[in-house]
Amino acid sequence: MATVEYKGKTFQVDEDGFLENLDQWCQEWVDYVKESEGIKELNDDHWKVINMLQDYYKKNGIAPMVRILSKVTGFKLKYIYELFPSGPGKGACKMAGLAKPTGCV
Amino acid sequence: MAKLPTPAELIQINYQMPSKGWLDLKAELRPGYYVNAAAPKWMQMIDYPFPRSWNVADEDWQLPEDWKERVLQGMEDRLQRFRSLKLFFDICVRCGACADKCHFFLGTGDPKNMPVLRAELLRSVYRRYFKTAGKLLGELAGARDLTDDVIKEWFYYLYQCTICRRCSVFCPYGIDMAEMTILGRELLSSVGINIDWALASVAQCYDKGSHIGATPQAFKDMVDFLAEENERITGITTPCPVNKKGAEILFVVPSGDYFADPGSYTFMGYLLLFKYLDLDFTMSTYAAEGGNFGWFISHEMGKRLNAKIYEEAKRLKVKWILGGECGHMWRVCNQYMPTWWGPIDFLEEPVSPITGTKFENATVHKMVHISEFTADLFKHGKLKVDPQRNAHIKLTFHDSCNTARGMGIFEEPRYIINQVMPEGHFFEMPPNTIREKTFCCGSSSGINANENMDIRMLGGLPRANAVKYVHEKYGVNHLGCICALDRATLPTLMQYWVPEMEITGITELVANALVFEDEIERTTDLRDRPLAGFEEADEEEGAE
Repeated sequence: MATVEYKGKTFQVDEDGFLENLDQWCQEWVDYVKESEGIKELNDDHWKVINMLQDYYKKNGIAPMVRILSKVTGFKLKYIYELFPSGPGKGACKMAGLAKPTGCV
Repeated sequence: MAKLPTPAELIQINYQMPSKGWLDLKAELRPGYYVNAAAPKWMQMIDYPFPRSWNVADEDWQLPEDWKERVLQGMEDRLQRFRSLKLFFDICVRCGACADKCHFFLGTGDPKNMPVLRAELLRSVYRRYFKTAGKLLGELAGARDLTDDVIKEWFYYLYQCTICRRCSVFCPYGIDMAEMTILGRELLSSVGINIDWALASVAQCYDKGSHIGATPQAFKDMVDFLAEENERITGITTPCPVNKKGAEILFVVPSGDYFADPGSYTFMGYLLLFKYLDLDFTMSTYAAEGGNFGWFISHEMGKRLNAKIYEEAKRLKVKWILGGECGHMWRVCNQYMPTWWGPIDFLEEPVSPITGTKFENATVHKMVHISEFTADLFKHGKLKVDPQRNAHIKLTFHDSCNTARGMGIFEEPRYIINQVMPEGHFFEMPPNTIREKTFCCGSSSGINANENMDIRMLGGLPRANAVKYVHEKYGVNHLGCICALDRATLPTLMQYWVPEMEITGITELVANALVFEDEIERTTDLRDRPLAGFEEADEEEGAE
């Protein structure tokens, strides 16, 4: 298992750099992904996405389908890509500490 | 992760054969061409042996001490169990008819991706340890020792095969490369070598019921959301019964259809169609997966994951099973389920409640493909459609390997397409790339990961090339398919080679065209895109 060290914290990640355990999620992790994704500043809309993803994940055990994310936040997919250039899966889910999706996706 | 080269860079394919013989060429494991090793947590979840953290790039793969004995014993067991394997090993005359039929060979020019040579990677070891000539004469008899380099070579090339069986169509003996690939992958698993993407999906499915790992509440949330979307767009309520005991039909789909775009539009199509028919069906939160990544890696694992479909059919007391637009699901249903589970005497022979048609082809396994079901509805004039609602689409159809070569579904989807598309809006790709000769999406059989994009794009090149042909010649803008893995992988492939192309399921097109008596005025398709003739209204709305 790979690890990431950032600002004095150590994170367990999978080979695609997703957090292995949501319990490890913290502000430093957000800062780390922000930096590696090349996002300049996090605004309220970023946090709206992150909070929605985490709430859904805690309730349902998986990340929401993209269209549900879009509906709940009121953000069109194009705008979500503006917020997270790698997209809702590889960018936003990673920052929110969710596991990467599997299967026919 | 290796950076994916540009199309112009990647297409520099070298077909020059190497100067050395293949036995003298050690496999070079190139990043971008293989999927990462499976994380131990997935292996533990399904009781797979030798879970450990390792990397493909490592020199030492941390194989168990007795790995060689295990692999050879595994091969011996399989030779005794499967006469087919022994036959495929012995019968090949190396005529080479298959050599240039594999999408991975066409995409890479690597001779070890010729199916004849891919099989020879295994066959050479078989000769060395199980055939007298090979034991005595070694290389002279085409035999070689089993070394750890051979294991690495197996790993690399057995996972550059998508079990699509195009090569088998051209083999004069009908040698089934897919069977050999699966058995070879089983041997690798027996010493703890697995790929992460496949095993993660398998473990999730084993644990929760679907490859995406949906909990029952997540499943319900998603199907309800898609039903709401239907109502918003068409004005028609399309409830999706879940775990309903006593329903006539259990409906099973690949999880990609209710989780990811563009499959989710196909799922909306299913619900609209069933509402139109007032069909007495139910879905299951446990048999929530039609696909079977287990079968990609072992017959045994395929069976373990498949068990839930009949178990749920029994528990919910349905009469028969209807399946959605999935590819390899149908290879499993059609060719494995009766052998795995014996006579299915707790279900009835499938009969369409709408037309009375008996699906005699499904008498044994009791499962009907949605394309068979829908084509039959059209044949009996049971669906009122307005093909003009698909007039914004110019379509070509990609035959999915497993429905095409695994059960011969060629006509049904085309029959449906001709009913729901306006005349002159459907174009076939060249004949040597469709029907039984269809080219694979290049990412099937558990390799649709992110870290192996080079091989995915190269393996998909022959398919993409045929799509590009009809795109440029006829202005085709949509690629239709009846497989969720296609709907997951073809968007990425098309984005890379033919970016103007959208991917669609066939039931989505049916639902676009389906006319309900009490529907609201339809100005968009299921994707909220304006129908032909309503483009201006959409622009005005966008300008507001």
